[in-house]
Amino acid sequence: MRALDIDYMLGLVPVILGYVPLTIGMALAAMVCALLLACLMAVERVMRVPVLDQFVQLFISFFRGTPLLVQLFLFYYGLPQILPVLSGINGVTAAIIGLTLHFSAYMAESIRAAILGVDRSQWEAAQAVGMTQAQSMRRIILPQAARVAAPTLVNYFIDMIKSTSLAFTLGVTEMMGATQKEAAGSFLYFEAFLVVAVLYWAIVETLSFLQKQLERHLNKAIAR
Amino acid sequence: MISIRGLTKRYGTNTVLDGIDLDIAAGERVAIIGPSGTGKSTLLRCLNYLDRPDSGVIRIGDLTVDATTATSAQILALRRRTAFVFQNYALFANKTARDNITEALITVQRKPRAEAEARADAILGEIGLSDKTASYPAALSGGQQQRIGIGRAMALDAALMLLDEPTSALDPEWVGEVLDLMRRVAERRQTMLIVTHEMQFAREIADRVIFMDGGRIVEQGTPAQIFDAPQDMRTANFLRRVR
Ligand SMILES: Nc1ncnc2c1ncn2[C@@H]1O[C@H](COP(=O)(O)OP(=O)(O)OP(=O)(O)O)[C@@H](O)[C@H]1O
Ligand SMILES: [Mg+2]
Repeated sequence: MRALDIDYMLGLVPVILGYVPLTIGMALAAMVCALLLACLMAVERVMRVPVLDQFVQLFISFFRGTPLLVQLFLFYYGLPQILPVLSGINGVTAAIIGLTLHFSAYMAESIRAAILGVDRSQWEAAQAVGMTQAQSMRRIILPQAARVAAPTLVNYFIDMIKSTSLAFTLGVTEMMGATQKEAAGSFLYFEAFLVVAVLYWAIVETLSFLQKQLERHLNKAIAR
Repeated sequence: MISIRGLTKRYGTNTVLDGIDLDIAAGERVAIIGPSGTGKSTLLRCLNYLDRPDSGVIRIGDLTVDATTATSAQILALRRRTAFVFQNYALFANKTARDNITEALITVQRKPRAEAEARADAILGEIGLSDKTASYPAALSGGQQQRIGIGRAMALDAALMLLDEPTSALDPEWVGEVLDLMRRVAERRQTMLIVTHEMQFAREIADRVIFMDGGRIVEQGTPAQIFDAPQDMRTANFLRRVR
């Protein structure tokens, strides 16, 4: 066994840190889009809009039932062959879309469960004061469901950050892609991938810490 | 003027409301009493379509809602003319005491926020909870929650206030303060239809008492008529049991 090249690793840290904004940026963009889409699908699943409901169920089933990597390849390499409008799509955009669709399917189910968990009397009270269904949902039910779903959604965000590493298979130079290039130059694969692993880990640990703060804050707001 | 004609509600083969006819004058305070499972809650819930009646017509002022043709716009309009006080309070768990009161004023009645808040603060004063303005329901006692539940209903200035056993879920120590508050609401001649097991309270505040059994109005009259000289055997038996 040879010794680790510590100097190489320390030198690599700032290089890969330079790609953290892209990684976080992709995850954030995908998270925002996925949350919006998931909320819409969750609300639809609760309301059971005819026809649309079957479509949403199929969507959720497909995106939960197939690997993210396969979905990314399907969008980036496959879809442009039948839909030429997509041929100009860049890797970052494709990755964001893929992550959005994939995670929105999971998040929709979490949000749906949280909505169904809100006490029936909350619906009735909202209806009784004359709110429309949409107002009841937006102002009373969703905020309460969000509190329940928040920890799970943060978990998905953490998962999403790690999954952005798959974007390198679409030619995106994010943290993983950059590491891959560095390692190919130096042949110090172990050092390079160890550095990127530790950096992902640090990001996730930071988020886990924030997640605990968030949970404490949410619990305080409702049950003082 | 409120008029209810032929209000009927079935669950499967169980006819829970069997063609209720009822008129309530503006400012009238009507108490409903009767054994468990006779449709008292269902009547109230059908009056604002929390439960949809199978048939029957509800008229409040110039609004007419017929169960066989009711549109969602009509149902919304009906709900905006009524206020409901729930047995289990049902305060919005994600809203402070004050926001529970302002919520409908802002989102439903489209009042400016400042006006809604002024109204909420006035009501919080009236119900003796000015110091709980920023508290969430989970931090309040049952009595305090129900006072806010009543405050929320008061704020709506509804043509009809529906109250379904507002004190039944309360620990005995909180019943008095809630009854006191309802007494004050009644004194203002708020039109109200209240289901209650508090016979003494019904006698004090009601202009009229209705005895229901088996989904029908069996007997109605002034508190003195119903409590002191019931005409129907079922009323007499019921009153003997609850006393
Ligand atoms: N959602 C429902 N599905 C089926 N049956 C129902 C439903 N809601 C009420 N019922 C039935 O309707 C009848 C009347 O119920 P309701 O709650 O109106 O009675 P109540 O007079 O308010 O009784 P209580 O004094 O116990 O509150 C009961 O037999 C009840 O089982
Ligand atoms: Mg009842």
